[in-house]
Amino acid sequence: MIELQNVSRSFTVGDQQVSALRDINLRLDAGEYISIMGPSGSGKSTMLNLLGLLDRPTSGTYLLDGGNVTDLTDEQQAQVRREKIGFVFQSFHLVPRLTAAQNVELPMILAGIAPEERKQRVEVLMQNYGLSARADHRPDQLSGGQRQRVAIARATVMKPTVLLADEPTGNLDRATGWEVLKLLEGLLEQGITLVVVTHDAEIGARAHRQIHMLDGAIRSDEKHVV
Amino acid sequence: MYYRDFLTLTTSSFLTSRMRSFLTGLGIAIGIAAVILLTSIGEGLHQFVLQEFSQFGTNIISIQPGKTQTQGSNVGVFGSSRQLSLEDADALRRLPYVESVNPSVMGNAELKFNGKTRRTTVFGEGREFAQAFTMKVQSGTFWPDADDEQARAFVVLGSKVKQELFAGQNPLGEYLRVGGQRYRVIGVMEPKGQVLGMDLDDAVYIPAARAMELLNRPGLMEIQVAYRADVAAEQVIRLIKDRMIERHGREDFTLISQEEALEVLGSVLNVITFAVAALGGISLLVGAVGILTIMTMAVTERTAEIGLLRALGARENQVLMLFLGEAIMLSALGGIMGLLMGVGIAQGLHLLIPSLPVHTPWLYAVLAELTAVTIGLVAGVAPAMRAARLDPVEALHAE
Repeated sequence: MIELQNVSRSFTVGDQQVSALRDINLRLDAGEYISIMGPSGSGKSTMLNLLGLLDRPTSGTYLLDGGNVTDLTDEQQAQVRREKIGFVFQSFHLVPRLTAAQNVELPMILAGIAPEERKQRVEVLMQNYGLSARADHRPDQLSGGQRQRVAIARATVMKPTVLLADEPTGNLDRATGWEVLKLLEGLLEQGITLVVVTHDAEIGARAHRQIHMLDGAIRSDEKHVV
Repeated sequence: MYYRDFLTLTTSSFLTSRMRSFLTGLGIAIGIAAVILLTSIGEGLHQFVLQEFSQFGTNIISIQPGKTQTQGSNVGVFGSSRQLSLEDADALRRLPYVESVNPSVMGNAELKFNGKTRRTTVFGEGREFAQAFTMKVQSGTFWPDADDEQARAFVVLGSKVKQELFAGQNPLGEYLRVGGQRYRVIGVMEPKGQVLGMDLDDAVYIPAARAMELLNRPGLMEIQVAYRADVAAEQVIRLIKDRMIERHGREDFTLISQEEALEVLGSVLNVITFAVAALGGISLLVGAVGILTIMTMAVTERTAEIGLLRALGARENQVLMLFLGEAIMLSALGGIMGLLMGVGIAQGLHLLIPSLPVHTPWLYAVLAELTAVTIGLVAGVAPAMRAARLDPVEALHAE
């Protein structure tokens, strides 16, 4: 469960204060499928960075799984990211010199998980995502869809409670994009909270809960029963 | 993070840009090779010189006539102060800790045998000469254990003299003219070679008492005292000094201990080796700049990757260690490359010029490698800290 209470985030650009988020109150329940939509500059990326603990709010409180994570030290935040948050990016962000399997293994390496267990978890995930044959390939030998699947496998290998996807289909053609999206939606069955940031209305419409942002504020927050 | 994973991650990054890593490592390698090569030659020379000086044994104290405050040959050898006599040598022989005493005179004389003549160095020595200087008689013997003053006309030949005058013949028992007097050959020395420019093989050895007479010298040029190896030089020096002052009434002689001379020489040679190593160290500095450059570039190139690592939950310290580890590994491998190059070139030189003594001390090799690692550490700190402190959000969006 995620809760933002009166969260604001402002940046100093030159000598001007620019508010990227203004007084946001938001509560996401476990297992929810949320899309965040809005034009560029509406604050959806900042929101995602805050939710992912890559950024700190200027004011307000962030509760994650009931705990206040706003004032954690950098080190503690890194640990929360490692254990509870998965990221999927528009540009995949795979490490080019590591193989697909090694990319999936990376979060577990950073977490210090034993090699035997890592190997096992990677194998299961590669199998599930249809990547077994590609395990030893480097990212530049993979298609866009395969790359994003590797990225999703990497984001879920630590069994996070929330998965943050930033324009996950932005660099993919339509058909591949749908495939990737279905893969992400399949994670909901495991009880993951899925947050998809997109400016594509069609993709956003698939979410059970759609949040529209404008000028750093939530303009609408609608629930759809599918 | 597991140690092995750390290694895999750091090696993977410089294995992808092999040529670049190789060239960066080469910068360090050349520096290390220079240090190793120069110190190998320096240390080789060091050992060579020390060996030259100490081949007669290090526990020897020389007594020369005349008193000088400075090192080196003193006027007493030719001058007027009281001479050293064979009686002085006998008196020293009775001191404790003394193993052997050798009175010594040196000069030139003409040798004649069977119509052949040759001018050589004549060493007038005591009966314990060979023992004191750890020299070996090849055939025959040194003169028998008789009183030095009633020495008989015996001569021991240096190997070269034997070769020149007797060729393949057996010289033992033959009579030889040394400066016009008849001497009987009783031994031939083993070849010894040149020592500090003096050819010990092109020489003959006769009893000191006879040499003084032959060379028309009133006293000995030097008395050498060999003492037990387990006794400190200073202790023996004090005993000798007391005994000699007792005999001469004042300190009109000079004591030179091999041990002290070697210490001074050794420390001078150490300074030279060190200076030469420092010279090679300058090229290491250049290598360090290379590593700094490459690591700075790597951080810029991999900014997005650093952002990703942070998003995946890497701590700042982990990012720091990854980049630092890469810098250290680059320079450590460069160091090993340099070690091999340095030792290889040094040994190659030695093969090419056998007279050039070469010796690579292990300590220097280890120190060089440690230096390489330290350089990697120092050069890598600034780029690694920059990597660790990047803002994850900005880093993720860098292209």
